[in-house]
Amino acid sequence: MTINNEPIVTDEPTIESKAPESQGRIIFRRFMGNKMAVTSVILVVFIILFSISAIGVGPIHGWWKYTYTELNDQVNQGAPSLEHPFGQDRIGKDYFALVMRGIQNSFIVMIVLGGIASVVGVVVGAVAGYYRGFVDALLMRITDVFIVIPALVIGSVVGHWAGGLGAPLLAIMLGFFSWMGIARLVRGEFLSLREREFVEAARVAGASDRRIIFKHILPNAAGVVIVSTTLIMASAILLETALSFLGYGIKAPDVSLGLLISQNESAFQTRPWLFWWPGLFIVALALLVNFVGDGLRDAFDPRHRRFKLRQMQEELPESGDERA
Amino acid sequence: MVRSIQRIVVPFQIGSNSMVSFILRRILVSILILIAASFLMYMLVAYSVDPLADLRSSNNPNKEALISARVQLLHLDVAPPLRWALWLGGAAKCLIPFANACDLGSTISNAQVTDILPQALGSTVQLVTLALVLAVVLGISIGIITALRQYSGLDNTMTFISFFLYSLPAFLVAVLLKEFVALGFNNFLADPVISWYWLVIIGVLIGAIFQSLVGGDRRRRLIVFASVGGATFLLLWLMSATGWFLTPGLGPVAMIILIGGIALGATALMAGLQNRKALITASINGAIGIIAYFAIQPPLNISSVATVAILAIITLAVGLVSGWLVGGYDRGQNMRVGAVPAVPSSSATLIDRFMQSWSQYLQDTNGRPIATVGSSTPNLDGDIWVTGLDTFTHLLLPTIALLLISFASYTRYSRAGMLEVLNQDYIRTARAKGLPERTVIVRHAFRNVLIPITTLVAFDVGALLGGAIITERVFAIPGMGFLFSAGLSRGDLNPVMGYFVVIAIMAILFNFLADLAYASLDPRVRVR
Repeated sequence: MTINNEPIVTDEPTIESKAPESQGRIIFRRFMGNKMAVTSVILVVFIILFSISAIGVGPIHGWWKYTYTELNDQVNQGAPSLEHPFGQDRIGKDYFALVMRGIQNSFIVMIVLGGIASVVGVVVGAVAGYYRGFVDALLMRITDVFIVIPALVIGSVVGHWAGGLGAPLLAIMLGFFSWMGIARLVRGEFLSLREREFVEAARVAGASDRRIIFKHILPNAAGVVIVSTTLIMASAILLETALSFLGYGIKAPDVSLGLLISQNESAFQTRPWLFWWPGLFIVALALLVNFVGDGLRDAFDPRHRRFKLRQMQEELPESGDERA
Repeated sequence: MVRSIQRIVVPFQIGSNSMVSFILRRILVSILILIAASFLMYMLVAYSVDPLADLRSSNNPNKEALISARVQLLHLDVAPPLRWALWLGGAAKCLIPFANACDLGSTISNAQVTDILPQALGSTVQLVTLALVLAVVLGISIGIITALRQYSGLDNTMTFISFFLYSLPAFLVAVLLKEFVALGFNNFLADPVISWYWLVIIGVLIGAIFQSLVGGDRRRRLIVFASVGGATFLLLWLMSATGWFLTPGLGPVAMIILIGGIALGATALMAGLQNRKALITASINGAIGIIAYFAIQPPLNISSVATVAILAIITLAVGLVSGWLVGGYDRGQNMRVGAVPAVPSSSATLIDRFMQSWSQYLQDTNGRPIATVGSSTPNLDGDIWVTGLDTFTHLLLPTIALLLISFASYTRYSRAGMLEVLNQDYIRTARAKGLPERTVIVRHAFRNVLIPITTLVAFDVGALLGGAIITERVFAIPGMGFLFSAGLSRGDLNPVMGYFVVIAIMAILFNFLADLAYASLDPRVRVR
């Protein structure tokens, strides 16, 4: 009988030998491991920086020689050429500049709408979930009132009202009608988190309600907020383009990708490029942002996702009927 | 599951006291929500539109008189909050049963909203029904197949496709369908010959899809790929060479193959082929279907919608009765096996009859059958087969558009649900008992996946009845969505509110039905 005196060597480091990672780092590392999501982030950022640098913002000129407002002579009957790589529309505007402006507006709507919806949703959901009782009942009935009206319907009415005021104002208005999903999710999280020991500890230590809500509970509900905000952003792109297509969104002389498609719908047979470029960028932006949202969801919740209908309905991108 | 519903207090059984009080409370809260939402909507619309815009810019000499007439008609001299109260008073009269006192106001052109709503709702129901049914059936089947073949090529492709469909704006789909499918197919019909390279491409595509559906080792997949691809190639070539697209029809041979296949497939899926009694029931019904196909042709020529409906009921009854007569240890299963294939095989008979009218319809539409606008060809008269074809060609593209949009979510839900259920202990128990895989999947897993899907369908029905604003706009279908967007553009408040009342009631009603369905299907769910 031989006795093996050699120490047991394993490839895995023991728990003590490795500095513990923060929750944020773990999530970040998981997200970075998802090639699809990382590529999508890079592409979205690239498309947006490209569109901003190409035609500039406001009075600042970009590196592209044409602006989206000036009328030029028709080159090659408006078909794509070296001079106008995306072609020209019927009255000679450079289509590359127009599409870039449309991307900028989509981006503005995406950020502003997502930001407002998440802030309002978090505040409503947090207050309702933290205080429960009458406040909760009241806030949730108000949420129900807003939810009864479909996104596209309320968007049309709001857009009809605020559409001519430009992308930022339109997005702010739409944001105030898009927070309901996040509010419900955040409320659910708060209802369960407020019963946990660390909240009890904070309360015993004398923390104010505001401090408990924002410093103790909210960081633990961040995953839900971030994921659903990203998915709301993807549907915001589609909502804005759909509204502009219907004529209730961004209006001429400003440019939206949806508006470009509706303006050129009749020219499809003769000038198909007027249709393809905006279509391509709408789908690309929405698809990439959806991929980012999916990657974030996996990063925050890598466990086997349990199938919960209500939760999935709020987490999945806008369901089809809303867009129909 | 229980926690996700978030209504956990009193257990109930349908018919118990707590159930009644739950329903009553729910109705009361719903009415309050409805009133509040209508106020919100009324204010938003009233302050954002100008119902006098068209008159202000007109050059009509009696402009002032017209303006004051419209102000009178729509109570525009009353401030919006009070006008809302007036409107609500009229709408509340709808609650009085049988009084017919419903008053939702009138449109700018002095038509009663209560008169135009039913027409619009009718068009929308016609439009969305087929799309919804197809989306549910296709979505659930594909979701379940991809769950059973998780992480296969098919699964990954479908995941990507559903993400793509999520990101596809409805107006883009609609416009593309109009420009490519409609014009492309109509141009193709002018000279209906498929060129050889298209035959090869389509054959390879269909073969590739089928080999991924079948799965298994490489040899099996190659055989499936080659045989299905080759068959598709040959079939299309035959159709192209014989001018099938101008004078289509299924014909006796194809009908026999089709009905036989349907009967076999249904037996395999619902009872397993080794179940002799089920197989006998299916064969009897298949035979009846084939005989009926020949017997029924002369009466079909002079049929109306009512006779077709009666025939459908008879078909179902024959299926059920024959299943019961064959007997065996599980009569219920036999009756289902008898009745379910009756539906597709009698539809095949109907489709064949429609196809016989195709060349007549082609003449009526000057050889360009697929329509891009409207819901029917003006001044078209013919028997139900020609008008039926007309409805079909008008609804084809909008239905595809709606289908593509809503189908993706059903695929995702049923895939996720199936994966979840397949990981449950009772599935392992079922397998451990030695049940055949078909029984495990169809009886134990599939039925439980259907519970949450039922509620999803209920939500979707409620939402879709509100019309498809974009699809109806692009294809110029005079449905609910069209009523809304046209009203909003004209600054016409009352039809917009009429539209809103219908969709809000539908949303609340179907949400409620969904909760009830969930609670009665899933005994773990409790309501408060």
